[in-house]
Amino acid sequence: MIKKKTTQLVIYVLASIAFLIMVSIISLSVGSAGIPVNRIIPILVEGKGTPEYSILFDIRLPRIILGFAIGGALSLAGVILQGMFRNPLVEPYTLGISGGAALGASLCITLRLNLILPNVAMPLSGFLGAFLVFIPIYLLNIKKSALRIHGLLLTGVMISFISSSLVTLILAISRAEDLQGIIFWIMGSLEEPSWVLIWIACIVSVACLVLSYLFCLDMNALTLGEEEAIHLGIDVEKKKKLLFLIASLLTGISVSITGLIGFVGLIVPHFIRMLVGYDHRVLLVTSFLSGAGFLIFCDMLARTVIAPVELPVGVITGILGGSIFIYALSRRLFH
Amino acid sequence: MLRISDLTCGYGMKIVLNNINLEIGKGEFAGIIGPNGSGKTTLLKAVTRLVKPYKGKIFIEDKELYSIDHKEIAQKIAVVSQNLPTMSMTVREYVLLGRTPHYKNLQFFENESDVEIAEHAMTMTDIIKLQDSYMSEISGGEIQLALIARALAQEPWMLLLDEPTAHLDITHQVNVLDLIRRLNKEYGLTVIIVLHDLNLASAYCDRLILMDNGRIKKIGTPEEVLNYADIEEVYKTVVVVEKNPVSLKPFVIVVPEEVKKNCRR
Repeated sequence: MIKKKTTQLVIYVLASIAFLIMVSIISLSVGSAGIPVNRIIPILVEGKGTPEYSILFDIRLPRIILGFAIGGALSLAGVILQGMFRNPLVEPYTLGISGGAALGASLCITLRLNLILPNVAMPLSGFLGAFLVFIPIYLLNIKKSALRIHGLLLTGVMISFISSSLVTLILAISRAEDLQGIIFWIMGSLEEPSWVLIWIACIVSVACLVLSYLFCLDMNALTLGEEEAIHLGIDVEKKKKLLFLIASLLTGISVSITGLIGFVGLIVPHFIRMLVGYDHRVLLVTSFLSGAGFLIFCDMLARTVIAPVELPVGVITGILGGSIFIYALSRRLFH
Repeated sequence: MLRISDLTCGYGMKIVLNNINLEIGKGEFAGIIGPNGSGKTTLLKAVTRLVKPYKGKIFIEDKELYSIDHKEIAQKIAVVSQNLPTMSMTVREYVLLGRTPHYKNLQFFENESDVEIAEHAMTMTDIIKLQDSYMSEISGGEIQLALIARALAQEPWMLLLDEPTAHLDITHQVNVLDLIRRLNKEYGLTVIIVLHDLNLASAYCDRLILMDNGRIKKIGTPEEVLNYADIEEVYKTVVVVEKNPVSLKPFVIVVPEEVKKNCRR
């Protein structure tokens, strides 16, 4: 039994890693300037200076690394929240934190802060917006040191509506030249010139994966409901707060760096749960890796479908993710 | 031993249990009976820290309940509640969740001993043959046995059961209660069970706690508690209490309105 469980974990993780590596290599190779896969190593050996090297390692690689971090982060946040709320329709953007980040970024563009602090102002205001929204959501739902799960969900949805209305207001009164910036930011993109931010996203998402894995058994118990988890010796209130913090951090970081990339945090965890089952010991890692692979793949499509024009990656994640999911459901591919 | 001293608790402003004093010794088989809303389930919830006391204290083996770590409580007390389990897991996976309070820090997977204990729990409850079935594929009676198996996998000395026979036919009711009785007799498991069926309570429990409106109305053997005067007062229903000709335990017969009218005539 123990062997079976660990073997199952190893198989699923290896399959997810294989998917991630395969997608990353193809994504590195495919683009408006096609570079065959067998040329990647020679180009790397030849070193800097060639235009192909620059395309591969200055343009495509940063997007792949960022796709890994953000896809993994959103998917991980989705798994945590769906487990916590026992609701497969909950996703990172349901919490309202993304709305706060969108509001922060829109204000940044309208107030032209991005001209004063290029590269840093947008993610910083996005993160600040996310943080400022997180505080009231959290505090409003703490009652006698207990975190009210349903209240959290409802407050999150309401704050999302308020933020979205405020963003629309900003759009309505913005100058024409700012409008495009705000809309493109909202649609989400993996184009990020700052390596520092890419590494921050990577470190935070991997650290959160490790941290959340420490709570995998608590999350398994929580799938039975809060009362049952308490009966199994879980300090539910403490664990809920920690898990909510982790999910909020993952969402805040993701949205503030790449904008709103929808569906990854909803569809990937749901899809992977249908494949591997409820067990968070397997689910957390495989969802992270699959979410990373899925976003890298979608970004590759966004860059290439009507190249040289680049589509918003959120459009691809929605269309592709939703279609695959409906197909899987209709064919009853899973238990 | 479980000792409840001057316990008053409830939900928000609503007091549900009022000044409860109770002692349950190790190896006892105690039944809690009473009408809907009398506080039976709340009493179980108070013992498992789901409902905080406004006043009074609960002691488990002479330790105050709130001074004990969550895990330690789950190692001592297991609960079979009325909550339905997640249907997307197998019986085996579900029963193994009962080992959660015994996992050490940074232990993510069950060890050989955990598997053996879970298998033993499934054998005792006679669901070992169903271990690879999904919870959604088994019957209501089998789900109830799986709930008990998961509780047994916790290796507790006390088992709290909240209406484990609700929605079961008489065969499954008897199967479940026979099993609990056997666990009590053979393994010395202390049992506190909430039952709506007074005759099942009479047949299986050594001691009954009759609750009424958040208070304990009477505690004692089934013979002491199940008398028509107390039952009629608490349940506001006319009953006849006879002796079960087989077990010689009290047997409560309800008297429907129509029969009462005919009797008057």
